Amino acid sequence: MLRINADGIHYRELNRTIKAAVRDGETEIVLDNVNGQRYIGTGMEEDVLIRVNGVPGNDMASFMSGPTIHVYGNAQDGVANTMNAGTVVIGGNAGDVLGYGMRGGKVFVCGNVGYRVGIHMKQYQNIVPLLVVGGTAGNFFGEYMAGGVLVVMGMNRKSNQPVTGDYLATGMHGGVIYVRGGVDEHRLGAEPRIFDLDAADHELLEPIIAEFCQHFGHSPERVKDRPFVKLLPYSHRPYGRLYAF
Amino acid sequence: MAKSYLPPEYVVSIDREKCRRCGLCVKGCGFGTLKWGHDDWQEKMGVFKDGQDDLAVAFQRMQSASPDYVVADSSRCRQCHYCVTHCPEGAINVIKNPVAYKANEHWAAHHMRNIWLQAETGGVLLTGAGNDKAYFSYFDHMVLDACQVTNPSIDPLREPMELRTFLGERPNGLEFERTDDGQVRLKTELPPHVQIETPILFPAMSYGAVSLNVQKALAIAAKASGTLMNTGEGGMHRDLYLYADHMIVQVASGRFGVNPDYLRRGRCVEIKIGQGAKPGIGGHLPGEKVDAGVSQTRMIPIGSDAISPAPHHDIYSIEDLSQLIFALKEATEYTKPVSVKISAVHNVAAIASGIARAGADIITIDGFRGGTGAAPLIIRDHVGIPIEVALATVDERLRREGIRNRVSIVASGGIRHSGDVAKAIALGADAVSIGTAALIALGCHVCQSCFTGNCSWGIATQRPELTARLDPERGAELLTNLLRGWSRELKEILGALGLNSIESLRGSRLRLRGIGLSQQELDLLGIKPVGEGA
Amino acid sequence: MRIPSGCAISAIMNVKGVRFNGEAIIKSIACMHERSNGLGGGFAAYGIYPRFRDLYALHLLYESDRGRIDTESYIREHFVVEHSESIPTRPMIAITDPPKFFRYFVSVKPEALDPLRGEDEAELLVRATLTINNYIKDAFMVSSGKNMGVFKGVGFPEDIGRYFRLEEYEGYLWTAHGRFPTNTPGWWGGAHPFGILDWTVVHNGEVSSYGINKRYLEMFGYHLTLQTDTEVVAYLFDLLHRRQKVPLELVARVLAAPFWKDIDRMPEEQRAMYKAIRMVYGPAMLNGPFSIIVAFSGGMLGLNDRIKLRPLTCGKKGDFVLMGSEESAIRGIVGADLDEVWDVRAGEMSLVRLEEGGVTVGQELPAPGVCS
Repeated sequence: MLRINADGIHYRELNRTIKAAVRDGETEIVLDNVNGQRYIGTGMEEDVLIRVNGVPGNDMASFMSGPTIHVYGNAQDGVANTMNAGTVVIGGNAGDVLGYGMRGGKVFVCGNVGYRVGIHMKQYQNIVPLLVVGGTAGNFFGEYMAGGVLVVMGMNRKSNQPVTGDYLATGMHGGVIYVRGGVDEHRLGAEPRIFDLDAADHELLEPIIAEFCQHFGHSPERVKDRPFVKLLPYSHRPYGRLYAF
Repeated sequence: MAKSYLPPEYVVSIDREKCRRCGLCVKGCGFGTLKWGHDDWQEKMGVFKDGQDDLAVAFQRMQSASPDYVVADSSRCRQCHYCVTHCPEGAINVIKNPVAYKANEHWAAHHMRNIWLQAETGGVLLTGAGNDKAYFSYFDHMVLDACQVTNPSIDPLREPMELRTFLGERPNGLEFERTDDGQVRLKTELPPHVQIETPILFPAMSYGAVSLNVQKALAIAAKASGTLMNTGEGGMHRDLYLYADHMIVQVASGRFGVNPDYLRRGRCVEIKIGQGAKPGIGGHLPGEKVDAGVSQTRMIPIGSDAISPAPHHDIYSIEDLSQLIFALKEATEYTKPVSVKISAVHNVAAIASGIARAGADIITIDGFRGGTGAAPLIIRDHVGIPIEVALATVDERLRREGIRNRVSIVASGGIRHSGDVAKAIALGADAVSIGTAALIALGCHVCQSCFTGNCSWGIATQRPELTARLDPERGAELLTNLLRGWSRELKEILGALGLNSIESLRGSRLRLRGIGLSQQELDLLGIKPVGEGA
Repeated sequence: MRIPSGCAISAIMNVKGVRFNGEAIIKSIACMHERSNGLGGGFAAYGIYPRFRDLYALHLLYESDRGRIDTESYIREHFVVEHSESIPTRPMIAITDPPKFFRYFVSVKPEALDPLRGEDEAELLVRATLTINNYIKDAFMVSSGKNMGVFKGVGFPEDIGRYFRLEEYEGYLWTAHGRFPTNTPGWWGGAHPFGILDWTVVHNGEVSSYGINKRYLEMFGYHLTLQTDTEVVAYLFDLLHRRQKVPLELVARVLAAPFWKDIDRMPEEQRAMYKAIRMVYGPAMLNGPFSIIVAFSGGMLGLNDRIKLRPLTCGKKGDFVLMGSEESAIRGIVGADLDEVWDVRAGEMSLVRLEEGGVTVGQELPAPGVCS
């Protein structure tokens, strides 16, 4: 295990150190006093565990394809941008545009996430990205969603606070979104429809909930004390009738 | 009678191989261009009188020898394409008469035709629809902006995109008060206004000029699209009462159908001063078009001419306009915005300023491409200025005088597509009106013969067999589709501009650039040339 | 020429009014070094001139002696100058070719007020600012409020902070701006914050509605000289709040108006109010991406655009409230332990005032804090 004190270190130097260590065979790296350093884990393909103490900067885990990153704190904007494979676990909140264009791997967030999270996630063959939010999500959650699995739980929220913001899944044309505790119709974009879960859904959710609980110490019973609903697109081509030619 | 010098303008040809003699075209042509061959033969020969048995025999022989066929009298053709569109076999074609005139850049064929026509009749040349001359188009010399990097474009299909628009006076500011429980409340009472869901209106086209079915289609579509149609100066037929909340009721110099009930029904009242196609010219609906319905709606006897004087004879000056505006406001108890419609003329900016100060809530400016049911050709083609420049100078003048909030500006006259709409709004229009475009949606082919009352498409006619062709429900569907398509395109434009609400484009001339315009024209339009950055 | 720019912004305030030096704000903005490109940085500081607290503190930038002489004669014509001096700076390699900075602590000459316009002191200050900035060559009024000042220039913000020796000042509220303009203005007056009277604005993003915002302000007599969104924001606050007395929380609703679909769902009275706001103030709406921090004597507010295209994070620790484009900017000052941290939501305002010492956020307070 390699421990790095990131205090005052520029991101280029920090990331160079991380990558060099991984190339030398290091499999676990702990970063202390991280504050705003960008691109941690970005573009990395190795099988390594990176533990981040502090607040990592924007674009963490972008294009990442393999590593596991645990953040013991909040994350900023643009995490898991176009991520390919690997796992990101965030113990606090995450900012805007989390998981943009994510095409594989898993992201677990214990707390709340910002605007435009999980937008344009997509799947191909058996590569299915997963993004799980323990708290609440801002507007445009799952916008343009083309594939993959989004889960939002709304745990630990205030009574007047909705699980998701407005324009939920607007433009959705693939994949599935699970929302714990139901969805207000007026928050929904034009393209998705609300369904109850069937047996296959429960089968899919069970291990996801188990992993979420394992990361953050919740009990699965607590998570399941409110029923989930799922959102599916009603069409794979929602704009088929939009154009004239 | 001497032979006319006028050759037919168009040649109608019928492919006799394809033609199956169903007769749809014969019934279809409102202008009597297409006829049965047997009837035509008989017509040419004249009525068989006693003793002309040989003619009758000849006719019978011809009838039995050949099946009936369709012939065309090309001189009657107005090129409205009703026959071409409806022939199930595609057997009819209309082409421009290829007869060649000696090439002459100055004495074009249409000049000679008009001279022959006037020499033969001594009349004022009459026409319909809008100015068709090759004047420079400012719309076609302006281009819109889009976002790249420094600010993001917005995805109009997934993200909110707002076109909601208000017409009417706005105060320069709002006053608020705090209640005892600390809440903020609005103190200002707003002047009356109209809310529309897309910045596109249907302009004044009167019942009389167009058929009741056209007005019904416009009214249904206006309601379905959350916008307004305009009665024009011919009153409101009782069949339209259901849609009155989506109608502007017009008061023109003829005051047809105007009574307190009419004024109170409308959502908005419009004083018509002028029309882009015929600035300074009145109107004349011939008695033949005044059938029972028109008579009842206009409140004039059946068959009598409906004359609209050139001016309002109670408005000879700006203070008289103010007097009429407030008379209408009194009559409607200050519940409706009052619009004043003028044609775009040279001094339009000063005139608009006067209208704003006279108490109007909306100014409708109609440019020289604006349509008409009937206008003297010389006026239509040679009087007035383009809407783009009129709009730009009016908006700028009102802003400079600090009175832009007192009125909304509606621009009309030649708006052809949503690009024109966006450009007009960027120049400063609150909304636009589309007349010709709306009629085209209903089938109009801009044959410019509205004044004949023979419109084959059942639009500009009162002949019952013709008006019956336009199903108001189907017409409304076409119009609603058109507004939906344009509105969607406006959202695409807004999204590219990085805006999600139409008010952020309105008057934002920084988002326009001129291409191929002189510096003076750029200055008048208040825009920069292409290539010049922010 | 209009100058689009991306940016970093941050702010720190002690809600009890306890003053602290400029070290913290320099540290905060330096955390977001990546968001600037060295072409502009600046700071606004409140509570820094207690000795002259009742006088207008005019910060002036001069590019020639002529500019200074002309401006000083204009100032003397309209104001009584109680004290004047050059603003102390520290020579630095990173700072090249700076103009000269002076400050004047002044009171208004009553006879300078234009009685025909019913001018008050604030109006005169606005008029003086516009006159100096538009008509006097080589001179620019950087700030003109009481007991506050703006320090700005061309360079990275942390260098500008050191250049102006901000660690030697003490204020209860500081804001900062690091600039990423897409071309090179190379002009110190064009850096941010931009202020009028004691209002200062730092702003991130580029407003797509600039064209109509500008024409709207011009209708009310404002002349925009800087061609920046920040200037537009400052004048809109001036017009709406100072001149038209629109409450601050509603000014935020003008600039980042709620969507019609939300207005349509409101109770009748509220709906009518928001409908009126959008109808009347539509041209004042800022459309496009922005996050702004507006500071004024006694408080500050943070505001995001209506679909949140730019980031803004708030934090609280003890008596301090902090705002920044990134959470790191906040943690960079106070370290890992924050009492609360939350993102400002689309179109919602975070208003912090001195007296109450409390934080009021827009209608729906987001759940603060880290998940347990």
